[in-house]
This record gives sequence, C-alpha cells and structure tokens, in this order.
Amino acid sequence: MHGRVKIKTTAQQEEEKRKEREKKLKIYVAARDACFSKRSEGVWDDEALQLTQQLLSSNPDFATLWNYRREILMHLETVKDEDEVQKIYEAELLFLESCLKVNPKSYGSWHHRGWVSARLPRPDWARELSLCDRCLSLDDRNFHCWDYRRMVVKISGVPVDQELAFTDRLIGSNFSNYSSWHYRSTLLPLLHPESPEPPSPCREPPQTSPPPSPQTHSHRVCEEQLLKEYELVQNAFFTDPNDQSAWFYYRWLLGRAEREEMISCVYVSRDEERVAVAFSRPVNAQSVGLLLVLDGQPQRVEWRSVHPRFKHSPVWICDLPPGTINDISNEHNLTVHWTEKHTHRDCALYTGRTESWCRDSATDQELFRSELSVEKTSVLQSELQSVNQLQELEPLNKWCLLTIILLMRALDPLGYEKETLAHFQTLKEVDAMRSAYYSDLCSKFMIENTILKMEYAEVRVFSISDKNLTTLCHLDQLLLVTHINLSSNQLQQLPPQFAMLQCLEVLEADNNSIENLEGVYHLPKLEEVLLKNNKISTLADLQPLASCPKLKRLDLRGNPVAQTPNVESELAELLPSVTDLLL
Amino acid sequence: MAAEDLPSEFDVVILGTGLAESVVAAACSRVGQRVLHLDRRSYYAANWASFTFNGLLSWIQQHQVKEVQDWSGLLEEGEELIYLSNSDPASIRNLQVFCYTSEEDEEEEAVSPGPSETTEEEAVKETSETESADSKDEEGNHQVRRNFNTPAAHHLPAINTHFMSVQSQAVHTQGEEPEADQPCPSAAPSQSQPTRKKISYAQLVKEGRRFNIDLVSKLMYSRGSLVDLLIKSNVSRYAEFKNVTRILTYRHGNVEQVPCSRADVFASRQLSVVEKRKLMRFLTSCVEEMEEHQAYSGRPYLEFLRNQQLGDNLQHFLLHSIAMVTEDTPTEEGLASTRHFLRCLGRYGNTPFLFPVYGLGEIPQCFCRMCAVFGGIYCLRHSLLCLLLDMSSNRYTSSQCGVSCEDVTCSDPIGRSPCCLCLYRFVSRAVLITDSSVLPSDSEQQVSVVTVPPIAAGCPAVRMVELSPSTMTCVPGTHLVHLTCQSVGSAYEDLSPVVTRMFHTPESPDRGSRPSVLWCLYFNMADGWGVEPEGHDLPSNVFLCSGPDAALGHDHAVRQAESIFQKILPEEDFCPPAPNPEDIIYDGDNSSSSTAGGLEEPEEERQEEPEEEHQEEKQLLEEASPPAEE
Repeated sequence: MHGRVKIKTTAQQEEEKRKEREKKLKIYVAARDACFSKRSEGVWDDEALQLTQQLLSSNPDFATLWNYRREILMHLETVKDEDEVQKIYEAELLFLESCLKVNPKSYGSWHHRGWVSARLPRPDWARELSLCDRCLSLDDRNFHCWDYRRMVVKISGVPVDQELAFTDRLIGSNFSNYSSWHYRSTLLPLLHPESPEPPSPCREPPQTSPPPSPQTHSHRVCEEQLLKEYELVQNAFFTDPNDQSAWFYYRWLLGRAEREEMISCVYVSRDEERVAVAFSRPVNAQSVGLLLVLDGQPQRVEWRSVHPRFKHSPVWICDLPPGTINDISNEHNLTVHWTEKHTHRDCALYTGRTESWCRDSATDQELFRSELSVEKTSVLQSELQSVNQLQELEPLNKWCLLTIILLMRALDPLGYEKETLAHFQTLKEVDAMRSAYYSDLCSKFMIENTILKMEYAEVRVFSISDKNLTTLCHLDQLLLVTHINLSSNQLQQLPPQFAMLQCLEVLEADNNSIENLEGVYHLPKLEEVLLKNNKISTLADLQPLASCPKLKRLDLRGNPVAQTPNVESELAELLPSVTDLLL
Repeated sequence: MAAEDLPSEFDVVILGTGLAESVVAAACSRVGQRVLHLDRRSYYAANWASFTFNGLLSWIQQHQVKEVQDWSGLLEEGEELIYLSNSDPASIRNLQVFCYTSEEDEEEEAVSPGPSETTEEEAVKETSETESADSKDEEGNHQVRRNFNTPAAHHLPAINTHFMSVQSQAVHTQGEEPEADQPCPSAAPSQSQPTRKKISYAQLVKEGRRFNIDLVSKLMYSRGSLVDLLIKSNVSRYAEFKNVTRILTYRHGNVEQVPCSRADVFASRQLSVVEKRKLMRFLTSCVEEMEEHQAYSGRPYLEFLRNQQLGDNLQHFLLHSIAMVTEDTPTEEGLASTRHFLRCLGRYGNTPFLFPVYGLGEIPQCFCRMCAVFGGIYCLRHSLLCLLLDMSSNRYTSSQCGVSCEDVTCSDPIGRSPCCLCLYRFVSRAVLITDSSVLPSDSEQQVSVVTVPPIAAGCPAVRMVELSPSTMTCVPGTHLVHLTCQSVGSAYEDLSPVVTRMFHTPESPDRGSRPSVLWCLYFNMADGWGVEPEGHDLPSNVFLCSGPDAALGHDHAVRQAESIFQKILPEEDFCPPAPNPEDIIYDGDNSSSSTAGGLEEPEEERQEEPEEEHQEEKQLLEEASPPAEE
C-alpha cells in the first residue's frame, strides 16, 4: 500500500545486529587484553582506570578488573593529596551507580562500593542510605543492597529508632518481606530491651535455693512494645493469612527464650560401675572439658557417646575404674563439672542403693514450653483468642491452625491435648503435602505430653501406645525409664538415639512397622524385647541386640524374619543370652 | 486551504481533535492513510482539552460565532450540502464562575513592585463581570432554567440565529451569582480569613501558566482499554503518568481513606482485624465468578453485599468507592466493576488508576503526534464548512475548497441529524482551586479520587478527583479539584451542596478544618454516552464521534475509535506498535543507520535502544570474559 512506512524485515534486523555484536565483541576483547597486559606490567595509570571503566560499565561482574581497579586506586592514594583522592573516589561512586543500573544484583559492584565507601576520606553516608532506599524501593528483596545497607548503617551509626521506622515503612508498603521483619527482630531488643531482671540467679546455687531459672532472657523485648508488635503482625496475618513472613515473625515474637546450657542429669549405677550424664543440648563431651570428681578425687575416665554414630550427643557415659563403687556398704559423692560453662552437678550414691541420680525434671524446666514462652499467661490467652477468631473466618488456613496448636501448647499442653489432636487432623487434610511433617510434629507433642504425665506420676514407666507415633524424640529425657511401651504406633525404626535409654529393662513395641533396631545398642539392663507384628526381615537387622548382655526374652512373632529357614539356630548363635524366644 | 503547497487529496479527513478522533487519526495514519486532521478551535483536544488558568478564562469568554455562508451556488447537479455545526455552546452550558480569594496579594504588594499590567486587567475584568452579573441576576437565572428544560429546542444547528441566541445566553450566565443576598465574593475572604495567608487571585493569574485544568475529569484504569492501547501502539512514549495514590470517600461527614490494596488494608487504622479479613476475603472471592453470584443476578448489588456479612463501612467502601455504582445497580454489574477495579490494582501502584502528568488533554495530543509522525497533516483554526454529497451514492465526496477524500470522521453534530442531539444527557462539572487537601497527610503530593454518595435522595453521586502540584496541573500551595456527576439540575445546583459541605466557601456554615476554595467554575457538558455514532441518516462514509462521556474511564472513546477505524479500514490492524526509528527504511536509503531517528526525536530513540543492546552485549560479554578471579 502506498504511503505506508517501510520497515526492515526481521532478517535484515538480525543481520545488522549480528554485525553490531561482532564489532562490539572485537572492541571488548581488545580492551580486555590491553587491561591484562597493563596489569602484568604493573602499570597503575589513568589510562588503565579508563579501560577498566569501559569494560566494567558493560560487564560489571568481572571480578579481576575490579581487583585491578582497586590496585590502581590504592596506588593513587599514595601519590595524590586528600582532596584529589576524595574526588577520585567520588567519581568512582558515580561510576558504580551506572554499573548498578546495568545489574542491580552484581556482587562485584556492591562489593566495590563498600570498599570505596570505607576508604573515602569524607564519606557522605546520607547519600549512600538514600541510594539504598532507592534500590530497595525498586526491589525490596535485593539482598546485595540489604547487605550494603547494613554496612552503611553500622559505620555511620544510624540511630536504632530511625532504622525501626525504616522497617515500618518497608513493611507498610509490602509486608511480604522477610528481610524487613527480620531486621525488625534484631532492632527491637536493642531499642526496647526487657526491663532489667532481678539479679540473675547464681550459676552455682546451693542445693537448698530454688532451682535456677531454666530460661535465659537475652534477645527479649519489653512487654509494652511486644503488645504493639502483636497488633502489627496481627494486622498482617488477618489481611493475608496465607503470607508466611508475618507468621514467622509472630513465632519469633511469641518464643524468644533460649534454654540455659547446663547438666540436666547425672546418673550412677553401682552394678555397671557406670556414670551417665545428660546435657541440655547435644555436646561433644570429649572437647568441652568434662571433669568427674568421685569422693573428692578427680577421676581419669573415658567419655563415650551412647552410640558410635554420634560425635555430639545430649547423653554421655563413662565406666569408672573397676572396684571404685561396687561395695554396696559404701556411700559415694560424685560431681560432674562442665568446666567450659562453669557449671556442675552433684550426685550422692547412698549405702545400700544400687543406683542414684540427680536431675531437673522436664516439668521443673518447663522444657516443652520454651518454644513459645511469654511470662504472662494472660497475654498468651488473648493471642490465642484472636488467632481463634481468625480461624473461625479461615477454618482451613494452615498457618493459623499451626499457630493455635503452638499457643495451646505454650498455655497448657495437657489441657488442650484433645483440641490439638483435632487441629492436627485438619492440618493433615488441608496441607496433605506436609502430612508427614505434621505427623512427626504431633508425635513430638504426644511424647512431650506423655513425659509430663510420667513425671507428674513420678514413675519410670513410659507408655504411649496407639497414638499414631511416626517418630521418636526427646529420648534424652527418658534416661531413667525402665519400661517403655510403644505398641500399636506407626514407627519404622528404633533410631540410634534410642541407645540413650540407659536404664531400660523392658521394651514393648508390638504392632508397628519397625524394620531397624539400630538404637537397641549396648543397653546394659535390657532383658525383654517384644516386637510382635513388625517388619524385621533379616537376621542382620537383629544384630544390635547382640550388644545387650542381659537380653533374655525376645518376641519376633509376625515378622518376616520368623519365616527364614534355620532362624532358630542362627538366633541362638547370635543371641546366646536369650532363653525365651517367640517366633 | 491556506497553504498552497499542501496536498488537497486525502484518504481520511477528521474534524475535531478529541480523544476518539485523535485515536482514529493515529490509527489511519499509522497504516499509511493520508490524513487531514482539522480543528476549528485554536487548541487541541476539543472538549478533552486542558487549559492554563488564563487559557481557561479565555475559554470561558469564548463565544465567537461564525456566519454560515451560503455555498449552495457551487452545487452541481445531483449534489447536496450538509452544514456542519461549528460551535461549542451546544455542548457546554450553565457556566458559572466564583472567586473567593482576594483580588490582590496584600503582603506581596508591599514588597514587590506589584502584579504586571495584564494581571491587573484580568482581575479588574473579572470583578466588573461579577458585579454586572448581579444586576442581571434574575433574568440570567430564568434563562438558565429555560435552557435546561428544553434542551432539544436549541440543537437545531441549521437554524443559525437560534444558535446565536443560545450563545448570547451563555455570555450572560457566565460569572453570575445565583443568590442575590450573597456577599460580594471578592470582599468576603479577606475579612473572614485574617490569619491564614491565602493565594490571591492575582497570584493565580500570574502563575496561571503552571495550571493544566481539564475540561473532563477522568482517570485511566491501569488495565483499561486506553492504557492497553497506549502500550500497544507505543504512543505511551509521548507522555508521563502518575499513580493515583489514594481512594477516599465521604462518609458521615468525614473524608476517609478506602483501603483497597493489600498494603492499604494492612495499614488501615479504621478497620478491625476481623473487618480486614472479611474485606480481603470478599475481594479475593469476587475476582472469580461463582454460582453464588448468579443467584443475585438482577437483584441490587447492595443486597448482595448485605448478605455477605460485611459491616456498614465495608458495604459503603465496596459499593461507592470500589464498584462505584449506586444502590440499585444490579449485582452482576456491580461485581463486574468491582472485578475491573481489582484487576487494575497493583499493575502500577496501590490504586487502579493513572493520571497523565500535565493533564488529560495530553492524551489526545499524543495520538495526534503519532498521526503526524506518520505523515498526518494538522490544521488548527480550520474546519470544513460543509460537505458535498454525491446524491446517487449518498457518499460524501469533497468539501468546499477542493479537499477531497474517502472518509470523514467528526465530533460535532452534523446538520442533517438533529435528533441525535435530543439524546444528549448532560454532565455536571465543577473545577475548584483549593488551598489544601480534603484529607491532609504526611505527603503533600497525594493524588486522590473521592467518591461522594448522594447526599440526599434524588441527588446524584459525585465523583471528585483531587490533584496535587506533583501532577503539574496546579501550583504549589494549591490543589486542583474536579467534581463530576450526571446532571439532575444545573452544575451549580448539583455540585455546590457538595462543595459547601466538603470545602470552606463563604456559603459554608462554619469553617472547620476544611480546605478553602480560592476559585471555582461550574458548567454542564453534554454527555457523549448518549450519542450513537451511527444510524443518523449520515452519508455512508461519514462517521460521527461523540464527545466525552461521564464515566471515569476512557473505554467509550477508545471503543468508538476502534469501531470507526474498522469501518473505514476493515482489513487493517488497529494501532499496531510503532516501529523503532532505526528499523524504518527511507526512500533512496537502504543502509538506514545514518538516518535513524529522522522521524522521531533523537532523545527518545536513545531511551528506547540501550536496554536491548545492553542485554545482548552482556550475553556476549559473558561468553567472552574469562572466569572471574578473586
């Protein structure tokens, strides 16, 4: 048609672009080679600065060139006066801005900017901050910029309250931003620390004084500010309950306690002449300076973890030199020192007793509340109320259900058990992809509840049958248990941690799906193992049992292994101590 | 035509530079049609125009009437003349101007040599008009009412004398005061406002060039047809846009912010957390059509909202500010506009709307520019006086002066079809210059749309757009406020009650903390919605565009332009992307690189290009550069 604008065809355009590209490549390669040869000759002149600038402005991710550039700049620092250096570095900052426009996430550019800013004789931090703000307004998740900003804030000493206002602003414009929420969580304890506690409890209290507070109180925020934060974060999750960043922040707000590092239990057995020590967290006893003092005499002992798989473990055992405590008419005093943490625990073995222990029980420690713990129950109650309100509106929201469960556990784990189980059921339905995670979490909570019940009853029997357990945990808390009943659950193994049950005599685990007995390892008192209707298929799976010297009774009915030819004779060979075998 | 060397043969002649006409012009020119685009006015964009303050004052005073010449002597056998109407007053009426600020700036006068002479003249003129209007008050009022009651009678453009009379009425009504007992406006403010320093009328005139006052008040839906068209055609490169930053509403005598985006809902202090959840859930749920929605088909949207267990305030927000419908709008319509609103959210910001920097009048001009880039010819202050009709084919063949062409598109009423004008509804408009925002906030640069539900039964719902100086439509220290509603009475009758309530004027009962009105203008404009572009017994190659409609978006004009374009050129693509200047081939030049940018401004070319180049370059560099060492 006449008059129409003629446009080049795609092929024509392509051809032109190809030629253009070739030309550019030639120039680029030439400049690069020039730079390299200059560098190898040790030339640090303005021309080299020019050349690298040319190359870097088209490809800011060329680390070698940034290095060369730094060499040149450092050389210039030695030959120019301060004003000139200031000018050179200011020009460098301008140049970097153009590089950041090419690639706002270039490692090289941001790193170089940090380097230049730190060397600038008269830095203009306000300008750097506003640059960061501009970058973050374009992409509020640019972590390079976040990193650089943190550096600027640190060096220039921006007041904490201004930074908090900065997070307010970012969260206000888009609250789906982990970086801002997280930054907030680091600022709040600085700006609104919890009012100073009563003088912190002595680390080495006399036995008569009340037990030391189980939780340390660092990283905590004063209550007035906490309430404001609750309100803020509630606004976020009521607005969009599917956004997880707010929920994570909420969990941080609710649970800020860290457990004190301590020796939680010392157990001594006269028969085995053995000491077992439990710690509040997994440690490597060989390297933390553990010292055993028996009747005032330091003992040279070999600490070992309960299972060779563990370099770190919450439970460590050692054998005393033979004959030290085996006389039942003697009384002994043991002290275990954790020299690294300046803490220790005493244990007395009285005349006529075959074993003794000293410990803080899980109930004393409020152990299972530490994940969510606020001093004031009333605060937790009102939080639970508002999250329940949200749940009424959004009955199928997983974050909401999970938070309710956590709040209920913090408030009253046993009282809310029924509701908790019902919520877990819903969770598994609405978030089927993570149903295994929820099953494990539910198992953990059920185990915690059972431990609490056991301790209230002051018994050494742990019974948790028919609760759909999929995993075992908190086994370090079961150090003193003699009878354990895990029947009718969905366990697939007795993991290596199971070896922490150093006092175990009877193990009932009928009707599970257990294939693996790795954790039934060197249990000195174990006599009875009931494993009816499980999935143990080979004799090799039973190998760990051979390490338990006192094993007498073994029930393997309903396991594939029972069908193996010659099983009886082979078992007799493998486990000579067993006298009562059911196949 | 004036210039002898211009071509006299065109494919398309377009009269009027309103939005629809300009889009048609750009579209035709883009696909190679020879376009002649005329406007008899001295400015672009017709009733879509934006004026400086002084420009607006002269627009108000503009009443020139041209004699219709008799061209019948030139008729040949088998031809007939169609007269084209050539004046605005048919579409603009009931102009009323009020100035509530002092004539001169007292403080400034003491230190500066005083306003320039032209400024003084203007100011004096304004005063005298206001005074003289007072004396003619009764008569003027009467005229206004009569005009309104019998609109059709004035729209027979063939009766030239009648036209004149209508226009002369417009002269009278301009600047008049409707109430005789009202204090003289120029005197009032200085007495009642001794403390706050107000911007004087003289200052407004002096700084008048920095105003861009739109005749229509619209916003661009960020996923509306206009934005799509601007992007598709690359016309967007000719303009800049700002986000509307707030949606406000007037409720229980207060201006409140309507939380509509996620960030707004999160930050809102007026909603409880439960309300926040309910609102968010409603907004998310209505994005998709559901069976539940169909059950309410035909029933009022309000009823649907009531049954969603939303509180009163949420219902108000959803009905008036988000759907922007009335209480009896059917549910399906309400839901459709709610959806449209939501779809537009978040594309460019936290509200669904954009506003062009320098005013809405920019948009038609951008399309004109595109038309010119592809060879369209422009003449302002020119029009066709009549069309020559080939009786046998009922097709227009040429106009007087020998401009001949294939198709004609025009915006003005054409003589033969008076009936279309009877369909005119009117839009009531008010333009205020105020001294502060209706809802002050940290930032002075908010651009707000305010929905005002009917203040009493039978009153229209009013839509208000408040522009800050950041839009380059008013001077710092002022806000420009546009009010729009469907006419029930005259613009003054419809809108002044709202103005009196929400702003401080001498008529307001008390001052409160409301913004003061410095200057305001009321007028009615014909609503382009009522005019069907076809079926008016037009020659088959003459197409009619309507003027601006009352709706908030631009869909009507864009749709109309597209349909006209498709009638003219059914085979052609409507506004395909304009090519990059470097890809255009010019006659006798195949290498093209030397003349790249010949049509376009070089700086735009530079803006467009680098991004692509850099990407390629980077790819190359990645291949070429050695592994980084550190």
